[in-house]
Formats: sequence, structure tokens, C-alpha cells
Amino acid sequence: MREFLFLTLLVISGTGGELCVTHAMKKIGEVHDFRPLALVKFMLRALRVGWMWLGIAMMALAFFSLLAMLSFENVSFVVPVTALSYAAGALGAAIFLRERISAQRWFGVAIVCVGVTIVWLSRR
Amino acid sequence: MKEAAGFHFKTYLLIAFIAFFAPLGNVLLGKGMHNVGSAKNWAPREVLHILGSIVASGYIWLGIASLLTFFVAYMLVLTWADYSYVQPSSSFAYAVTGVLSYFLLGETISPLRWLGIAVICLGVFVVGRTPPRTTERLPAA
Repeated sequence: MREFLFLTLLVISGTGGELCVTHAMKKIGEVHDFRPLALVKFMLRALRVGWMWLGIAMMALAFFSLLAMLSFENVSFVVPVTALSYAAGALGAAIFLRERISAQRWFGVAIVCVGVTIVWLSRR
Repeated sequence: MKEAAGFHFKTYLLIAFIAFFAPLGNVLLGKGMHNVGSAKNWAPREVLHILGSIVASGYIWLGIASLLTFFVAYMLVLTWADYSYVQPSSSFAYAVTGVLSYFLLGETISPLRWLGIAVICLGVFVVGRTPPRTTERLPAA
């Protein structure tokens, strides 16, 4: 039961956080200059976007949920089952970021979900 | 043509970074949390004690450093590629996590679990054959 609770918290906050970070990155635009100073300036510019901070907060919540799961389950179980976030991610990307998800991508995400189910069934 | 090749090269290079540093970070976190232990009754005092142990763990900090490296690579690639492409593509990290868990942590991984991880990778392969961008290109930074 606690595995399920922490996994739900991890998937929702992790996917929400990544969607917020993606939205912030798209606002900044594509990076072409990969020199260290340019990257530092890019990072500072990213931190001035509100969506970035919301994303970081949600990802921090996901991080502590991950730590909690890792304290009572194996890494080889915890990390694969978090792939459930792919379904949530594709759905969120289509709804909030207006990305066009092709049938082939949906099919791939569905296969990933089958894999997650198999890993879940392998639980001790 | 040349621009497209460069576009794909930098995308694949950063996804390779993501696929290595994310699993390494997770394995180090797993090692750290295994040493810290699990909460028994989630009482505030017990949770505070665990948080203190987490902060004092070298494995946790190494894991965080590895995940930060992953995060920077992830942010960079998201400035030009779709989220719905990057996220599943980077899930090759799940197979790497299984291998690192087996060799570095000595975890026993059942054939069923390996099958599940392999199916996840198959799903990643299917997603990876779709174009990296489906939305309009934004002005360069």
C-alpha cells in the first residue's frame, strides 16, 4: 500500500514538475552557445522564470518520495516502476504543452506501461 | 542536411548523458537510503532523525551531484526537442539502472523483472523512432 501511495505522489509531482520546467525552457528558447559562461548565464536566466521555481518545488517533492521508496524497496524495482510517469507525461504534454503526440508515440508509451506492470508484478 | 545531422547528434549526445547520470544517481541514492533505513511509524521525531541521516550521507550527496549533471543535460535538450520525445527516449536509463543495481548493489533481479525492464526498453525504441519536434521552433537564446 505504501509503495502505491509514494509511487502516485512521485508520478504526479514528478511529471507536473517536468512539465513546468519544459514550459520554462520553451519560454527561454533554444541554446546554441555551450561555453561554460554562456551556460551559467542561461541557468541564471532560467531561474528568473516563475515556472522554473514551481517545477523545481514539485520535483523536490518527487525526490523525497523517491528517497522514501528507496528506503524500503530495491533500486531495480523503484526506478523502473517510475516509468509510469511516461503515460502521465505524454498526456500532460498533449494537454498543457500542446505537443502533437503521434499514434506511434502513444503505442510506445503503452508498451512502456506494460513493462511497468510486469516489473510491479515482480515485487517481492 | 548538415544542420539536421548536427541537430540529431547533439540530441543523441545529451540523451546519452541523461541515460548514464540518472541511473548512477539513483543507484547512489539507493545505496545511501539502504544505509539510512526506512521509517517505522513516520513520527515527526523519527522523520527528522532520518532527514539528518540523509544530509550526513556521502552516497546521497554523490547521488545528488550525479542527478544534477543529468538535470542540466535534460534542461539543455528540452530547449530544442519535445518533452514527449526526450522523456521516453531517456528511459534507456531504466535498463542501465538494472545493470548498475545488479553489479554495484548486488541486487537479485528476477527474470520477470528483467522482462519488464526489456519491455520498457522496447517501448522506448518505438517512441525513439518518432521525430524529435512536433511544435513550432522558438527564437534562439
